[in-house]
Amino acid sequence: MALDEIKIGGLGASRRRVEDNRFIRGKGNYVDDIVLPGMLHMELLRSPVAHARIKSIDVSKAYDIPGVRLVLTGEMMAARNLAWMPTLSYDTQAVLATDKVRFQGQEVAAVIADDPYIAKDACQAIVVEYEQLPVIVNPFQAMESGSEVIRDDKENQPGNKVFDWEIGDKAATDKAFAEADVISKMELHYPRSHPSPMETCGSIADFNRATGKLTVYMTSQAPHIVRAAVAMVAELPEHMIRIVSPDLGGGFGNKVPIYPGYVISILASILTEVPVKWIEDKTGNLISTGFGRDVYLQGEMALRKDGKMLGMRMKTISDHGAFYADAQPSKFKIGLMHSAFAAYDLPAAHLESVGYYTNKAPGGVAYRCSFRVTEAMFFQERMVHAAANDLGMDQAEFRRINLVKDDMFPYRTAFGFLTDSGQYGKCLDIGMKAIGYDTYKAEQAEARSRGKLLGIGISTMTEPLGAGNSREYDILGIKMFDSAELRVHMTGKAILRTGAMNQGQGHQTTWAQIVAHELGIPADDVTVEEGDTDTAPFGMGTYASRSTPVAGAAVAMVARKIRAKARKIAAHLLEVSEEDIEWELGRFYVRSNKERGVTIQDCALAAYSNMPDGMEPGLENNAYYDPPNLTWPFAAYFVKVEVDAETGVWDVLKVVAVDDCGVRINPMVVEGQIMGGLTEAYAMASMQYQTYDDEGNCIGSNYMDYLLPTAWETPGFELHEVVTPCPHHPIGAKGVGECATVAGPAAFVNAVVDALGHLGVRNIDMPMMPNRVYEALTTGKDISGMPPVKMGD
Amino acid sequence: MTSLYDEVQAAPGEGVPTRRVTIKVNGDDRTVDVEPRLLLAHLLRQGLKLTGTHTGCDTSNCGACTILFDGRPIKSCTMLAVQADGHSLETVEGLASASELHPIQEGFKQEHGLHCGFCTPGMMLAAKALLDKNDNPTEDEVRWALSGNLCRCTGYQNIVKSVLWAAEKMRAESK
Repeated sequence: MALDEIKIGGLGASRRRVEDNRFIRGKGNYVDDIVLPGMLHMELLRSPVAHARIKSIDVSKAYDIPGVRLVLTGEMMAARNLAWMPTLSYDTQAVLATDKVRFQGQEVAAVIADDPYIAKDACQAIVVEYEQLPVIVNPFQAMESGSEVIRDDKENQPGNKVFDWEIGDKAATDKAFAEADVISKMELHYPRSHPSPMETCGSIADFNRATGKLTVYMTSQAPHIVRAAVAMVAELPEHMIRIVSPDLGGGFGNKVPIYPGYVISILASILTEVPVKWIEDKTGNLISTGFGRDVYLQGEMALRKDGKMLGMRMKTISDHGAFYADAQPSKFKIGLMHSAFAAYDLPAAHLESVGYYTNKAPGGVAYRCSFRVTEAMFFQERMVHAAANDLGMDQAEFRRINLVKDDMFPYRTAFGFLTDSGQYGKCLDIGMKAIGYDTYKAEQAEARSRGKLLGIGISTMTEPLGAGNSREYDILGIKMFDSAELRVHMTGKAILRTGAMNQGQGHQTTWAQIVAHELGIPADDVTVEEGDTDTAPFGMGTYASRSTPVAGAAVAMVARKIRAKARKIAAHLLEVSEEDIEWELGRFYVRSNKERGVTIQDCALAAYSNMPDGMEPGLENNAYYDPPNLTWPFAAYFVKVEVDAETGVWDVLKVVAVDDCGVRINPMVVEGQIMGGLTEAYAMASMQYQTYDDEGNCIGSNYMDYLLPTAWETPGFELHEVVTPCPHHPIGAKGVGECATVAGPAAFVNAVVDALGHLGVRNIDMPMMPNRVYEALTTGKDISGMPPVKMGD
Repeated sequence: MTSLYDEVQAAPGEGVPTRRVTIKVNGDDRTVDVEPRLLLAHLLRQGLKLTGTHTGCDTSNCGACTILFDGRPIKSCTMLAVQADGHSLETVEGLASASELHPIQEGFKQEHGLHCGFCTPGMMLAAKALLDKNDNPTEDEVRWALSGNLCRCTGYQNIVKSVLWAAEKMRAESK
């Protein structure tokens, strides 16, 4: 008889996680836990200044320290053609500085020693003479004529501009504005934020001269991309490079790029012929690795009096730091910023984006988001909030009028995306009920009469998760598909490998559930492996919520290939033709006699012991999955706050999250992802940001200055679920890991701005620290992040 | 005897001072020779091979390195190994017996109190310090007790539930 899918840990089971068994015992295997025989330790010397010409580097005193084996400088890297490396956005990045340092924290030299303490000592003994240059810390300084050119290493570099890019229909948008009754404007700064996983970056490079093989254990969310890049940069044959990502202590996009430390450790191992370990300290991680955001956004919305959106003009000015190292699909210069307003029935839109180099850390990674979608959706929901107020309409009602209706799918957005499914109105209704929206206006008025400032913020969005398809999405030319390989052993147990890379999402648990769903093999019988490029099939890794949409689909597809072969074996075992065979979970049976059947385990045994004549033995296969479209989850978040009128401190009274991410493989894990995302949203809204002083000193360079919320500050969350299956995904799932980080921040800001709305406050830039809120409520003025945004026209 | 220098060379470099430290770790007596500047977290991780204690931030803000020092939670990344001389330490490796998990470990698994697992050992030890004193804490008491430990994945709600789950089990077991 068919198996109970929940009992075997199939789709929909809140199966407890397999990986927890090692983590709760302290038996995880993170990079820093790995010890190789004869291993040396590497430490980086970083630039203390943001912009300077290097006049000289004297390493002699470092060599005086016992235990120092090697000191590497830019000059030595240059001699091996490794002083510069390509970034994921077709720019170049210095590995060790040769000519100039371009941001504080840039890698200047590396010491390889017997012990990490000795390596640190030796770094202090290196003498570098700098000739300081003017420092540029924001795009407005960068764009000034006559400003210092940061990237003087590049030929034909036009000032400090990185790119100039546009998308959308300008003429149609102009027409919409000509016909508008009301034009509403918004401008804001999405401050720089660092993903800041608990574990920093690190690597152990192990070059074996005898075999010619290079093995690198490293903190990478995309080990196969690293292998390809190392093959290109280090000119080593790809089959002699093995990249292993062990357990990762969080990623959030920070561990997608290839960092100088990895490359230097590789060269150091080649030169010393022993393994070299590099473990970044927290300051190194915060001041030099991939940040998120740092975009100035401005725009205006054309509206009809009755509340209908007609058109949207949007402009972004982004700060990319010293090297354009955004990790994003190559066709798009500012990620998927043009996914803004995808949830709304917006007839026309146009986006202009311009990016600049500054003397700040490079990056622009997709920090828990699908390539700049966080900035897009934050701006969208701040713009929508302002537009509703300008029209004098209720926030929920304005959204309801303009959200894409259920019967409009598939829907082509103004920027050209195709959204394919959702029940936006239903999500809105559930959230309104849960937050108590009906009685809220009266409650707010009553509270104001007592001097209390209450506010509710709404944020609704759909976001594009799960790149590719391969027609439009590639990184460095490699198409954004993903892969899975499934081998069923003769006793019906199995091993599954994918090209994704878990960093807390629970793949070891959830991928097995997809196999259980497709084959009826209990999830406990399926081992899942990822992260070793010698064994895992080629894949693009885990970021941008792409694991379930792409690799998860590949898991389902490879299981279906296995089932197709097992069906032939079943026909052979049951001595009937394949057409007379039916499938129920875990079992094939004869259509005319349901009692006569064989289990998937019977078929597995027969694949090795009793195959039909002419059939290739074994029961294994692989699948490369190229998704036909992105997946489009929908989220409606509601936040209720109370602002203290005396201090500007705001307390979160309630958070309601309604998520429609299609079919949920493991509801417990999905909810965990949503709560984690909401917390990062709260963090960015309240305290978490990175700023620089005029000299380019990174202020948020450690956890005393880079504030992250603890269990004490973080509010509780109330979660609700709507399921609209994705029409093109094999099991109907959509991405979800980042929805809350993407749409959450606007809900918090909208709530505080709503609380202060009667004072005329339109915007408070994040983070809404009490001093900013206090200034807003005492002056009634908007609080913008420095420097002020200038309208380009 | 275990020395940090076992990893890389036979003896400490010339002129490097060492101090003998005797500590009890998870019930076992250990004697080690260490450089006076060696951090306790590094002694545990590299010297004693107890890699369940993680170092996250180097500034005692994140709590990934939390261990119990004579039963009190401390951050081992900002304590010198020599300061532990004569003291009793408990790390994550000491929570479970060979056959049985500690209720806190069970709670974290049952209530999905971890994602990447990096903060988990420190969280569990901070929780143990609380539950050893108070086996029936309120949600606020749990949140306050864990406020020296950062997690970037979970949003804390399930961590709090995990600790409350453990408290309930510990109360039931002590009856």
